[in-house]
Amino acid sequence: MKRKIITSLIIIGIVIAILMLLQNTLDNFKLRILNLAGIYVIFAVSMNLINGFTGQLALGHAGFIAVGAYTYTLLVMDSDLKSMNFFLEPIVPFLSSVHWPFLPAVIMGGLLAGLAGLLIGAPVLRLRGDYLAIATLGFGEIIRTVFTNTQSITNGSLGLKAIPMPKSFLFIEMKNAFTWWVWTAVIITVIFHFLLVSSSYGRALKAIREDEKAAEAMGVNIFKHKVWAMVISSFFAGIGGALLASLMTTIDPLMFRFTLTFNILLIVVLGGMGSISGSVISAVVVTILMEWLRFLDQGFMGLPEIPGLRMVVFSTLLLLVVLFYPRGLMGNEELSWNKITKMFQRFHMQPREVRK
Amino acid sequence: MNLLEVKGITMQFGGLKAVANFNLNIDKNEIVGLIGPNGAGKTTCFNVIAGEYVPTQGKVFFEGRDITKSRPDQITKLGIARTFQNIRLFKDLTVLENVLIANHLNLQSNIFSATFRLPWYQKEEKIMYERSLQLLDQLKLTQYKNEKASSLPYGLQRRLEIARALATQPKLLLLDEPAAGMNPQESKELMYLIQELRDKFDLTIFMIEHHMPVIMGVCQRILVLDYGVTIAEGTPKEIQSNERVIAAYLGVEHIA
Repeated sequence: MKRKIITSLIIIGIVIAILMLLQNTLDNFKLRILNLAGIYVIFAVSMNLINGFTGQLALGHAGFIAVGAYTYTLLVMDSDLKSMNFFLEPIVPFLSSVHWPFLPAVIMGGLLAGLAGLLIGAPVLRLRGDYLAIATLGFGEIIRTVFTNTQSITNGSLGLKAIPMPKSFLFIEMKNAFTWWVWTAVIITVIFHFLLVSSSYGRALKAIREDEKAAEAMGVNIFKHKVWAMVISSFFAGIGGALLASLMTTIDPLMFRFTLTFNILLIVVLGGMGSISGSVISAVVVTILMEWLRFLDQGFMGLPEIPGLRMVVFSTLLLLVVLFYPRGLMGNEELSWNKITKMFQRFHMQPREVRK
Repeated sequence: MNLLEVKGITMQFGGLKAVANFNLNIDKNEIVGLIGPNGAGKTTCFNVIAGEYVPTQGKVFFEGRDITKSRPDQITKLGIARTFQNIRLFKDLTVLENVLIANHLNLQSNIFSATFRLPWYQKEEKIMYERSLQLLDQLKLTQYKNEKASSLPYGLQRRLEIARALATQPKLLLLDEPAAGMNPQESKELMYLIQELRDKFDLTIFMIEHHMPVIMGVCQRILVLDYGVTIAEGTPKEIQSNERVIAAYLGVEHIA
């Protein structure tokens, strides 16, 4: 136990050191990708909880992200910004004067997303497999449609612009405060999920994934556990959504189409369903690739400009992984020192074994 | 008072009456067997008692409490644990984890005290580990505790299923064909194990079995089911000489 705490502290220290280094050396564009990667880590890890660990194919993540993003935006904008945004139809009076600081607004975004997860999860989680996937997908789209049509609350399809970014981190003003906020959220999310999954409740969730009937026969209240997983997953999706809104500085309902859910699902599947470290690695790699592969869209090697060509790469990647590596990068195991050292040992041992 | 009381259970699936008017009383510390040809409705009876199905008619009482409409997990909490006919272990998890999960139902801490490892949760988890390891020891599974459940040989998987059921601290244990696929030596060991468990854990056991030596050797009372109807009930001796039972198993000669 103590050793585990020490290793996690060391890992956190390393992450902080890397961040220090990166935010001093990277230009604004790259820093933005770093922030986006962090946000995608939050999305992927939280989606992994319900999809990978609990084994429930829930595809409503984009909806919960939207709830978080809109809640945050409406809370954090001051009344001047709001009246500037809502030029078609004025905002409902009780929202017009609300003006919250960054952190409470983000947390509120998470809480409301969690509430949405509860309201949707409670009826829908009685379904299984494909039915659950369809129902959650539908609810995710319903959230988006509602946001498109509530003109006086969300400004409808016009979206919200000029969302302010935080200028201070924990009351200290600094240049890249937002990066620190994002990666603090990442660290908290990852640690929370690690602890949850390795607790008795996490074991119960895994039992539900392995065999629902047996889990029930062992006294696990599967419905209650599924709803908990859903609520926690959507809470963190909402946190990520709030951060996404802040990063993008502009949101509109079209950002939260189901393609967003599938992008996150892609990350989860590539990283391994049921592996937090897999999700983290895969989220960072995929986010960077998404930007790096932009040259494909702009036309290369004599090819004309085809927007979205880089997505073909991801489709191919997903196909290959599903065909030849169905468990993803990490399967349902976690990256550990043991595993790394074993890998190197195998590497070193092989010649010796041959000599025998 | 009977530990388990099943009163006139009928289970109908569409036009098929899987079980008709099934009655059963089990006293504390009894070992009762349920036999019958394939498709006689034995497992359906089990599923009704374990809460998997709500019967079309009839009621189930456990320690005087009506559990007919309770969910499986509620029934397990009350003290009825079961194993499955076709082993249903948590295959990708380790042997120890399988048993730990069965301890989860007694956990008092909520999901947040568990996640943040608050002191009272840590205390509970420590007890959980100790109890699970002790149970694995008693069922001679300790050496496999860190192996995946699916990697165990068949006989041990059956044993692990029993260990997992015992970890829920049951009063009544339902065993669905525990000797299926075992060789004579293994089934003999199983017989001793069942009796030993009954004494050690103060259990009552209700089992379905096809292996006649096992069921005759271990049960005090046997019920015979055929096409959902109870055709005989009695001691092993009585059952062995019961004509209707022989007819159900071997068929009767019809002279036209």
